[in-house]
Amino acid sequence: MSGTWMTTRAWLLMLPLLVIMVAVIGWPLVDTVRLSFTDAQLVGTAGNYVGFDNYANMLTSSNFTRTLVTTTWFAVISVAAEMVIGVLAALLLNQEFRGRAVLRGLMILPWALPTVVNATLWRLIYNPEYGALNAALTQLHIIDDYRSWLGEPGTALAALIVADCWKNFPLVALIALAALQAVPRDITAAALVDGAGPFARFRFVILPYLAGPLMVALVLRTIEAFKVFDIIWVMTRGGPANSTRSLSILVYQEAFSFQRAGSGASLALIVTLLVTVLAVAYATLVRKTAGSAA
Amino acid sequence: MLKSIGKTLLGAVFVGGLFVPHAFAETTLNALFMAQAAYSEADVRSMTEAFTKANPDIKVNLEFVPYEGLHDKTVLAQGSGGGYDVVLFDVIWPAEYATNKVLVDVSSKITDDMRKGVLPGAWTTVQYDGKYYGMPWILDTKYLFYNKEILEKAGIKAPPKTWEELGEQAKIIQDKGLLKTPIAWSWSQAEAAICDYTTLVSAYGGDFLKDGKPDFQNGGGVSALKYMVDSYKSGLTNPNSKEFLEEDVRKVFENGDAAFALNWTYMYNMANDPKDSKVAGKVGVVPAPGVAGTSEVSAVNGSMGLGITAVSKHPDEAWKYIEFMTSQATQNQYAKLSLPIWASSYDDPAVTKGQEELIAAAKLGLAAMYPRPTTPKYQQLSTALQQAIQESLLGQTTPEDALKTAAQNSGL
Amino acid sequence: MERKSPVFTAFIHICAILLAVVILAPLAWLFVMSISPAADLAAKPLRWWPQAADFSRYAQLLSRAENSAGAAFTASLRNSLEVAGMATLAAILLAVPGGWAVSRTPSVGWSLSMVIATYMLPPVALSVPLYMGLSYLGLLNNVFGLALIYLTILAPFTTWLMKSGFDSIPREIEAAAMIDGAGLLQTWRIITLPLAAPVVATSALFAVLLAWDEFFYALLFTSDQRAKTLTVAIADLAGGRVSDYGLIATAGVLAALPPVLIGLAMQRALISGLTSGGVKG
Repeated sequence: MSGTWMTTRAWLLMLPLLVIMVAVIGWPLVDTVRLSFTDAQLVGTAGNYVGFDNYANMLTSSNFTRTLVTTTWFAVISVAAEMVIGVLAALLLNQEFRGRAVLRGLMILPWALPTVVNATLWRLIYNPEYGALNAALTQLHIIDDYRSWLGEPGTALAALIVADCWKNFPLVALIALAALQAVPRDITAAALVDGAGPFARFRFVILPYLAGPLMVALVLRTIEAFKVFDIIWVMTRGGPANSTRSLSILVYQEAFSFQRAGSGASLALIVTLLVTVLAVAYATLVRKTAGSAA
Repeated sequence: MLKSIGKTLLGAVFVGGLFVPHAFAETTLNALFMAQAAYSEADVRSMTEAFTKANPDIKVNLEFVPYEGLHDKTVLAQGSGGGYDVVLFDVIWPAEYATNKVLVDVSSKITDDMRKGVLPGAWTTVQYDGKYYGMPWILDTKYLFYNKEILEKAGIKAPPKTWEELGEQAKIIQDKGLLKTPIAWSWSQAEAAICDYTTLVSAYGGDFLKDGKPDFQNGGGVSALKYMVDSYKSGLTNPNSKEFLEEDVRKVFENGDAAFALNWTYMYNMANDPKDSKVAGKVGVVPAPGVAGTSEVSAVNGSMGLGITAVSKHPDEAWKYIEFMTSQATQNQYAKLSLPIWASSYDDPAVTKGQEELIAAAKLGLAAMYPRPTTPKYQQLSTALQQAIQESLLGQTTPEDALKTAAQNSGL
Repeated sequence: MERKSPVFTAFIHICAILLAVVILAPLAWLFVMSISPAADLAAKPLRWWPQAADFSRYAQLLSRAENSAGAAFTASLRNSLEVAGMATLAAILLAVPGGWAVSRTPSVGWSLSMVIATYMLPPVALSVPLYMGLSYLGLLNNVFGLALIYLTILAPFTTWLMKSGFDSIPREIEAAAMIDGAGLLQTWRIITLPLAAPVVATSALFAVLLAWDEFFYALLFTSDQRAKTLTVAIADLAGGRVSDYGLIATAGVLAALPPVLIGLAMQRALISGLTSGGVKG
């Protein structure tokens, strides 16, 4: 069979997917770019061309910088915690002990739980008057008074991160565990014979096997954390005093609550650009690390 | 033969055709309500049932969203071909809805009986630029609720008449160890916080706008926020108030965990219902207090109206439904969670019976209702103010600075 | 094998118990809330176990009485099933040819990379034109419209997973079948798809979970019982006038059941999918 025919056939097979993606994602993206240069309203006026005004306004607004910082904190801390806890859980699940299979099965639960249900659950747990967290901590005499976990800027973001982390570390753990099980036994045995300590074994024998899959998890989770909307929307709506407002929530407010479609679009594109740059940089960096580790 | 059968059939179809549209054509209306405060979901459902029973050719689909979603849902549904026909709207939205053509002008449908019968204050809910964008439905303001048992135990004879007095009484309750934090408010970063703030602005004689420009950063507007911050810092206010919405306030009050609470009409009969409430029979209600030398009582206009959307394909049926929902008969029948818009209802024993205290408070409170600013950019103004309130409560900035920043970010 | 000291064994067991508690406690509490009387949930100190289990909320939410809260909930359950089902089916139908094409003809791989890169786009970046587009097509507040949008979230993932799955099937087997005169479709049916069945299953599982989980588009593009999905219904319950936390918890349990059951039932497929997709991806 000729190579040209193979390629043509491959394109034909890809075509349905590509058509749908262009129609439902490509076109709206282009239209968002167009909108971002107008002062269009969501309902009513189609808008006039305003050049880079929307971008300039957004980039210089204190709302944007503050929201960017908040989102970055959320992304960095929750993803880092998920990676560390996930790998530790995977190492644990890779050991042999009774009930291991059951525990591994349980790991699926938080991950399968819908994000909105997770957010609702934790909102109930954090309830300042009747929540389980306050009740448990006071009954254990860890705190004296009930606290407003989602009402204090100091704790609200942390509380969100815990809730996000609880749901997502099992995914990292499952990916890492699958990778660990691919580590050939004779390699670890050989390292043991060579007298490598547990940390050296992790660093030089196990990590190279983990690096690839973990990179995938890391990139996926970082992108998701940067786009975060659902969990914040349900738990705090960005409060208290906007201390948990993420970029996506800000775009929603701008485009849908205030109905400024044009400036909302410009903000959305700024976010997109940030995520893209981040993802590319990340992927390159981690790929390099993975390469040198192996 | 065949021909005559055909003719008969044709005739039958023709005659039938004349009657069918009237007898069987079914119109489906989609109506959007909120699942918060005022009439309960169950009330709205049974009112609607009564309407469809009286109008079998109209079917009404009901949709309930939290208050926080009401505005965005209404606006977003504009784009959908099968959007809502009837929407509930807050007193602060007609300006925006009229400007963006979300609601239709129904001025011509308002009858003289309506004009005369409905309380003048209620009409402000649906008016913008001299036009009517619907019928008022929920006539509401925030009252000061108190727990009679706790006040009695503290030796307090009468509920507070001024905001200052409220603080003093709360201090007595706190000092006697009856409650750690006696006052509950809804200061979550939401419209609820603006309603509490507006109540205080009206007490302190402040202004939101002057000549279309923000004026809340001066005078009464600042005093109002200062009062909130002082009450919060003194520990008399439940610190969790800053993440409470109205329903949280109700829960805390019904659980006996608050001596004082600012909330809408609906809490009166709900908190007096022994099924869900631990304080049934101990609920007192008075108008929100005033400020010595400035005001006797204070109140926010928290009324809401029902309007017809510009995309509705059945404006006539929609208006019929609105007429029914806002009629005096319907409103009198369901006067427990929301008081009627009709002036004469307040002297009707069927309405006042069992809630004389609430009616007495309403007569004073409703008369003092203070409006939130009327502007198409209300959402933005409100968001800026919410941030100012929360930042001041959290001590991140002073009330003066916070309000100045809010004035700059208000979009006005 | 390493010989393990008793201290190490004890440590492992303690960690395992800790992990189990961390995973289970919030879920168990969700369930306990759903069967606790409202008074127990507002008690101080909190009552951790109900005096009498109360399952009435499940009946309340699953009742189909017309114009009741239950009818609204079951409608959203049905919408979620429909949207997730349609989007998943379509995503698999796109993913099998697409994934195979990229696996066998790496020169078109860059197009799949482009498709996958759309995952980086925040939904807010597309929401305004999508809203206007759906409105124009009359697909707002419509399960088909929502499923079409979900398809573009699911398809990149399923295609990528399928590609990894096909990678692990040696071309020689297919080539042998083709030499025997089998056409492309026949080869797929006899050789490729049976071998790739676990990956198809895993991809479908991922797709259902993703679709079931989606909130943002559903929040924007649906408005009532005709299309509103479970996630939006639950957010409405949690944000609205439901002072009975037990009812919110019950809705949560019901919404979590389908994906959790799928997850548990397809655990093995899931893990093998993660191995092939994750390790080689």
